[in-house]
Amino acid sequence: MGKRTIIPFGPQHPVLPEPIHLDLVLDDETVVEAIPQIGYIHRGLEKLVEKKDYQQYTYVAERICGICSFMHGMGYCMAVEEIMNVEIPERAKFLRTIWAELSRLHSHLLWLGLLADAFGFESLFMHSWRLRESILDIFEETTGGRVIFSVCDIGGVRKDISNETLQKIAAIMDRMEKETKEIADVFLNDSSVKLRTKGVGVLTKQQAFDLGAVGPMAKASGLSHDMRTTGYAAYCKLNFQPITATEGDSYARTVVRIGEVFQSYDLIKQAIALIPEGDIKVKVTGNPNGESFMRGEQPRGEVLYYVKANGTKFLDRVRVRTPTFANLPALLETLKGCSLSDVPILILTIDPCISCTER
Amino acid sequence: MSIFSMTKTLCKSILHGPYTVQYPLKPKEKYERTRGRIEIEINDCIFCGMCSRRCPTGAITINKPNQTWSIERLSCIQCNYCGEVCPKKCLHMANEYTTPSYDKVRDEYARVSDNQENN
Repeated sequence: MGKRTIIPFGPQHPVLPEPIHLDLVLDDETVVEAIPQIGYIHRGLEKLVEKKDYQQYTYVAERICGICSFMHGMGYCMAVEEIMNVEIPERAKFLRTIWAELSRLHSHLLWLGLLADAFGFESLFMHSWRLRESILDIFEETTGGRVIFSVCDIGGVRKDISNETLQKIAAIMDRMEKETKEIADVFLNDSSVKLRTKGVGVLTKQQAFDLGAVGPMAKASGLSHDMRTTGYAAYCKLNFQPITATEGDSYARTVVRIGEVFQSYDLIKQAIALIPEGDIKVKVTGNPNGESFMRGEQPRGEVLYYVKANGTKFLDRVRVRTPTFANLPALLETLKGCSLSDVPILILTIDPCISCTER
Repeated sequence: MSIFSMTKTLCKSILHGPYTVQYPLKPKEKYERTRGRIEIEINDCIFCGMCSRRCPTGAITINKPNQTWSIERLSCIQCNYCGEVCPKKCLHMANEYTTPSYDKVRDEYARVSDNQENN
């Protein structure tokens, strides 16, 4: 055994959009162990529930993360709605589904760009983000915000999307599907990309299960684990199957995410075809009393919202278990035995969202 | 395995020209719903304080005796909750963003009394 060295990786590193620190124990250039350290951007958002009433907290929940912002808001609202026995209108459920799937597209296209940037493919990075820009424009047109929407509310949604705009979105999805195919072809077939992703950071199905991996990380290892199949919002009315792969390497994780991009295009078009007319919100009165939890599928995997209320307008407790937090043990396992040069790609393939993790 | 998979996209990009908005020659298109900054019709305001109580960040301050309404622009998160709860609907979201500044800006609006208007 050679001399071991410890290399600090992060919290500031070109490949990391957000700060996480890893102490990499190296034997020559091979990683033997990775010791994580988080807590650089903890904001105490769960504690804030004691200061903000349960309706104001919708806006706080949305700000847990900038990428899956809508799904955080939706998760919180659904948990409170369950406590208060509120049944939201059908149109609101479909609108939530459309915005959630657009968020997934926005997140995955962003991730594809970051991955391309990590292995130095600048033009691929720019083209992935060019596609993402169309999604951000849809967000701005339908909600008023490009990242934080502020449309999800307890009892439904705040803003409706007109049928003409919905048809326009469906046409944009058709156009983007064609353009994404060109980009996807590069990610899946280009030799230089394959050299960086194929066979790198393998996580077996058993490891993924034992370590509690979620989202594309688990799906790429063959675990068909997708919370959308539980049928929350309007997912019970849509026809889809979780995308899975078996190899468990970085390439498989790219395959799953690209598959999910095309699945989201399809789900949005299905939702637009099926969306009923009607109200978008029911009036909610009184204060919640009781506890509930909600499981949803974010772009990075399963999110769990636990809400405990005491009959006053201030909640007792909100707990969020975010997908990146669940994927960190799996990341540490995949890092063992990899080369130092593969560490940035491996960290990116879990699509780390540190804002979510630290809340 | 392919090494020219990007070529088609790159050729199209050369012919297409820039995809980005040519700011400042061409300003960014704003949408009707774009949330820029909160504006107030101060003469319709009854200073009930609903907006300042509901604001998630406590950016709004109301002084009922002096008939003034003020907002700290840097604290505002453009959620439009104040506009939703306003009983007189005198708060609305403008498309334009807050002007950048070096200091924390508190915009104060004072009600113009009927006497002052006549004068």
